[in-house]
Parts: sequence; C-alpha cells; structure tokens
Amino acid sequence: MKYSKDNYKKVVDEFTPKNKMLKNCIMAFIFGGAICVVGEIINDSFVAWLGISDNEASPMTSVVLIGISALLTGLGWYDKLGKIGGAGTVVPITGFANSVVSPAMEYKREGFVLGTAANTFKLAGPVLIFGYLASFIAGLLSMVFK
Amino acid sequence: MKKLGSTFKIKDNVVIRDTFTIVGPKEGQGPLKDKFDLVIEDDLWGEDSWEKCELKLQKKAVENLQNKNNLINENIDLLISGDLLNQITSSSFAARDLELPYIGVYGACSTMTLTMGLGALIIDGGFAENIICVTSSHFCSAERQYRLPLEMGGQRHMSAQWTVTGSAAVWLSNSGMGPKIKHVTFGKIVDLGIKDANNMGAAMAPAAYDSLSRHLQDTGIDYDMIVTGDLGTVGKGIVNKMFNEDNKSIESKYDDCGTIIFDIKKQDVHAGGSGCGCSAAVFGSFFYKKLLKNEINKLLLASTGALHSTTANLQGESIPGIAHCLGIEM
Repeated sequence: MKYSKDNYKKVVDEFTPKNKMLKNCIMAFIFGGAICVVGEIINDSFVAWLGISDNEASPMTSVVLIGISALLTGLGWYDKLGKIGGAGTVVPITGFANSVVSPAMEYKREGFVLGTAANTFKLAGPVLIFGYLASFIAGLLSMVFK
Repeated sequence: MKKLGSTFKIKDNVVIRDTFTIVGPKEGQGPLKDKFDLVIEDDLWGEDSWEKCELKLQKKAVENLQNKNNLINENIDLLISGDLLNQITSSSFAARDLELPYIGVYGACSTMTLTMGLGALIIDGGFAENIICVTSSHFCSAERQYRLPLEMGGQRHMSAQWTVTGSAAVWLSNSGMGPKIKHVTFGKIVDLGIKDANNMGAAMAPAAYDSLSRHLQDTGIDYDMIVTGDLGTVGKGIVNKMFNEDNKSIESKYDDCGTIIFDIKKQDVHAGGSGCGCSAAVFGSFFYKKLLKNEINKLLLASTGALHSTTANLQGESIPGIAHCLGIEM
C-alpha cells in the first residue's frame, strides 16, 4: 500500500468534514437552557400555586421532566430535538430519560422480559454505575473528614 | 478461463439478463426515485419488525424478478445472497421461502459484487446456467445492530453515512442478451488503521484503490465509468486523491453509489449512503438501465465493504476494508 498508517491519518483528516463546534455549542446552550427554564417554571408553579415546599417541589419537577421526555421519546420527537440540541438535550435529566426509554422501545420486539426489561438500562447502565461509584467515594470522604 | 494478474477473465458467456430493485421511502425520494422498480411506503412494509421487513425486501426482489421473466425455480441453479445482519439472517430467512439451492456469503457492503463475481465464475466454469444474486440492507436494522436505538436523541458525525434501505436481485445467465461480466477482481483486505466507525468511507477507500488499480492494471481497459459502492463523499475524495498521485486520474469518470442514491445536501445523510443495498440498488436500477440504453458501454463496478463488528470495535481493532470489482461490458 502506498500509505503507512500514520501518513494515511493525515489524508483522512484532509477529507473528513469537521463538526460545527461553534454552532453545536450555541444550540446546546439554547436547548439545555430552555429545558432548565421549563424546569424552573414547573418548580415555581408547584411552589406558588400548589403550596408545595421548595424541598418537595424539586424532586417533583424532575419527575415531571422525566415524564415529558419519555412521552416525547415515545412520540418520536426527542431524537429530532436531540439532533438540533446535541449535548443540550443529552446532559439534562430529560436526556437520561430518553436513554432509558429509547432502548426499552427498541427491544420490545424481542419480548417483555429478555427484550425490554433486559435492555432498558443498556445505555443508562454506565451512568448509573459511575453515579453509584461517585456517591460511594463522596460518602467515604465525608465519613473520613467529617 | 484465464487469469490476468489477480483478475479472472470470464469467457463471453455471463450475461446480466435482468434486475429487480426495491428501496425504502427515503431512497424513493432521492434523485433516482424514478429508476427503481418498487418503492415501499414505510420502514416496516406490513411486517412487525425491521428485520422481517428486510428479509421481505430480498424475497420480493427475487420473486418479482422471477415473475417478470417467467423464470421458474426448476430453471434456477443457485441463489447467492448476503446482507449485513448477524448470521446473515435476512438472506437465509428469505431463502427459506424461496426454495432454491442457496449459498449465503458475507462481504458487508461489498456483497453485491461478491455474489455476482462468484456467480460469474460458477457459470463460466460450466456448473450453472442461471443464478440469482441478491443482497439487502435496512437502515433501522443496521442502526440497531451497529449503533444506537433509533429514538435515542443525539447528533451523527459529519462523516457518518446513512444505511440504504433496499434490495436488488440480479439474474445471471449463460445465454440471452444484455451486459456481460467480463472480468472479476476479488478484493484483498486493506486496513490502514482507521478505528472510527463513523468514518467508514475512510476505512474502505484504500481497499477500493487497491482493487481498482489492480483491475485497471491487469485488464488495461479504458472504462466509460468507474463506480464504487458506498465510500460516500469522504472515501470518494480519498480515492480520487490516490489515483491523482499516481498520475492516473479517474476523476472525470468516477463516482460513488453512496453519493448518487441520495441528494446529500437536501436529504440530511451527511457523507452519503451505505450498506449492501446501496451499490445493489444503484447498479440494479440506474447503471443497469444506462448499460441497456448504451449510454455506458464499459462499467467498472466495485462494491466496498467494512468487515468489522461491534465487538471487534470495542476491543480496539481497526476496520478492515475490502472491494470486489466487476468489469461489465455491453
């Protein structure tokens, strides 16, 4: 072959289109920010209109956002938002919900137990594992230094 | 039969008698929409899974090809097929209903020319009179096997390609009129260390260059048109660069099926189409018709494949590329 692996990398870089970093950052900022604004509105509404305390309104807001994201995933809209919003729709809790619902839907055809149930946490599993690990380390540190 | 270097020279007796192409809705909205024999209305086509839809694509492509030509099973010696899914289930499950002697092959996206090349050798060897070659791919079944769930929100890389939903069946015969397969060059595996599964064009381009240049050197034929399978815009650029560096530019007569089947700017397919169905559907419709109308007399077709798996990728392996060439003349 006329190229070595190292030389070829340079050729590939020359022809591979670059991701639109600036545009992606701006869209992520707008979409991620918009999801947070919706969250704030829900949170404040719970407090102002339903008389729920701040401490209780916060987890309830998360539940509502997760519900909305699951619904949008089911309707086939969240992936369209994700295509435009990028990290802005992946990072918030709605992105986590999307990563749980999408494999659950996809594997429905392989059966309820070995399909949906077995694959629901296929994408979110690593997030949970590292979440547990981080909270374990944080707990350990707080126990030692308290 | 003779061999020219690494190219098999076929006697004047392998005719591509007819083709039948079926594609998905997105392909049916592309620039070749009027060329296909059948465009399905949705990604399931009345089935309850994408995998079942894909095997139906293959089965119906073969059945329609048979019906169109009154070709009964007794007159067909062999069915050679392949697809992208694990254990080539689309091919085997389609063959289950077709009741033909069956050989299943795996060449990833290079399968169309692999099956036709094998078919040509078998007919030229005198072992068969009529062979049907068929391949398929389906965007949804491929996405789910190789990438992420469809409803997962995220952004595709700019160099990523869009798997074509489609199938083409090709009837090879030792008699009759039509374009003939004159030369077959099977590919060598070429791997220049690309590990990015979102840049298949770059992974396969060196293999395409290797097979094409061997074929051109072995045969010395001045082709009217040179076409690769699914290198997309990235791989196509690289192949052009490689030939230009040899001072043997093919730019004026070279194109790639992945960049022909979709309108790359309007259809949001990033670097172009891919999959077994890509070169199959484009050859079976667009180029086959061009050959019949004598708009092209000599076509060099090289379907390109990336012979990797998700497991190998996760284990850090790079992507081996391959390309099989067919010299087709009217």
